Amino acid sequence: MTTEAITLDEAMALTWYEADLLDNAEYDEWLAMWTPDAHYVVPIEPGAVDFENTLNYAYDDHSMRKKRVDRLRNGQSVSTSPVARTIRLQSRFRILKSDADTCELRCAQILTEFRRGRERAYTADVEFNLVRGDDGKLKIARKVVRLINSTDALTGIGYIL
Amino acid sequence: MTSTAEASPDIRPLIQSDRAKTTLYTDPEIFKAEMRKVFENTWVWVAHESEIAGPGDFKTAQVGQHPVIVVRDRKGVVHVHVNRCRHRAATLCEVPKGKTSSFVCPYHGWSYGLEGALRGVPYETGYEGVLEKAKFPLRSLRVEHYAGMIFATFRDDIEPLVDYLGPAKKWMDLFMKQGAGFPVTTLGEHKFRFPGNWKIQLENTTDAYHFPLVHKSFLTAVDSETQTTLDMMNNGGFVEDLGNGHSVMVMIPELIDLEDNLEAPIPEKFKDLAAELAKDYSDLEVRRIVRAVGGSGFNLNIFPNVACSMAFFRVLQPIAVEETEVRHIAIGMKGGPAAGNRARMRLHEFFQGPMGFGSPDDAEVWDRVQHGAQGDHDLWLMLNRGLPQETTMPDGTRRGDVSSETGMRAAYAQWAKMMAA
Repeated sequence: MTTEAITLDEAMALTWYEADLLDNAEYDEWLAMWTPDAHYVVPIEPGAVDFENTLNYAYDDHSMRKKRVDRLRNGQSVSTSPVARTIRLQSRFRILKSDADTCELRCAQILTEFRRGRERAYTADVEFNLVRGDDGKLKIARKVVRLINSTDALTGIGYIL
Repeated sequence: MTSTAEASPDIRPLIQSDRAKTTLYTDPEIFKAEMRKVFENTWVWVAHESEIAGPGDFKTAQVGQHPVIVVRDRKGVVHVHVNRCRHRAATLCEVPKGKTSSFVCPYHGWSYGLEGALRGVPYETGYEGVLEKAKFPLRSLRVEHYAGMIFATFRDDIEPLVDYLGPAKKWMDLFMKQGAGFPVTTLGEHKFRFPGNWKIQLENTTDAYHFPLVHKSFLTAVDSETQTTLDMMNNGGFVEDLGNGHSVMVMIPELIDLEDNLEAPIPEKFKDLAAELAKDYSDLEVRRIVRAVGGSGFNLNIFPNVACSMAFFRVLQPIAVEETEVRHIAIGMKGGPAAGNRARMRLHEFFQGPMGFGSPDDAEVWDRVQHGAQGDHDLWLMLNRGLPQETTMPDGTRRGDVSSETGMRAAYAQWAKMMAA
């Protein structure tokens, strides 16, 4: 068992892998990246920390993440048939806290969406809480996507940020 | 407020009692006329009382195209002021909500009290003898409320709000039973825009016909008990024209009155919540809270801009002829159990807002309507569904089955009346 803190390289490799899975619609691998009690959160209020007791855009546990993926795949939703194409870039990574088993990482994400002749951009701060599993691999314990315009009127976002 | 000099489009060839022309969605001249003839001449919803609960609390809103500030003064009286300095028109406030003791214009520093009076003008000697401050208060609208809902109007001579709401009041009272014994409070909102006309959204709140198709992916994601509850085409629901453009669409008749039938079994999906609540509340209180958590079984459409929609307030704001902003304001129990409010917020996130499992599909079809409406303006929008089965109730109101377009006909009749005035 290593006692060295999780490095920026290792953490970045994981979030880039996650970004690539989402842009390429490899959702089964994506669903497997999380700890069982992890949440995927898209808050509204910029300073929100108590997500459970606040209204969010998304506050997904495993079951909701799975439903979200099903919705993207089952062809029943008119807003996600076809699913928007997305390309996301992550940069400006910073480790906020790190030890051998856990890590808090913050980065910038710029995502471009294209669907039905419209191109849109969503810019966000993304915060990851990562943990090392028993198999030595990193898992996502929480991902918080803080959209730069979260308090403004958005358009339908029929994909995973 | 009416500027009679401006020409108004003749809407008579564009609308009949059961159909309308698509130019109602696409013509900028009609939109301009609506903003005057409809929004400046009726009661427009601006806030729920909990959004401005204490002295000095304010929020910004719009009445038609007019930016307004809704503020509670030190005595507790709610004022709605046009958000415009009386000097050279700058807005006094550009934040969506907050608390303040006065409004100061950022341009030259004119300051106003919460009730709207012009208090101070910097370097006043330049106005010696030419500015009587008492004659330059903020432009204030008439304000009245019912059941915690605050409405404003530019018109001092129209009927009182309670008369305008009429039979809708009963449904507002029923809707507020979602507090389950606690005051209803707002819990935040989802705000999104779609590229389409505001009346497309107005129609949708009273459209059960689209639910099984547009919301199929949502229905697939919920448990089977909820699927049965939401099988609204087969639940004996109805739509009633409540007059003045208002209508109610009852989708789940057994959830009209949340205080009825408290002895009914608790749905499986709320079993964990009920167990958690049972630690702090009596059996009856638990049943009351749980029954209210999922919302009322109806949508009340209040013309022109607000709805009490199952478990939330739907507010629509016309931005331009082909752009509309929609707010879904979550509600809950003030001082009530956190677990109950959490359940309400999770349900809201599930369906509503830009990332919900329902709203984006609504927005997509509205977008399609606007796009399709560019095609052949001689074609009619058909609003005649359910006419053969429509009946007249003893009190004179018209009632159709749940998927009849009775509510849309009600809204368009009011629209036509106001546009022709």
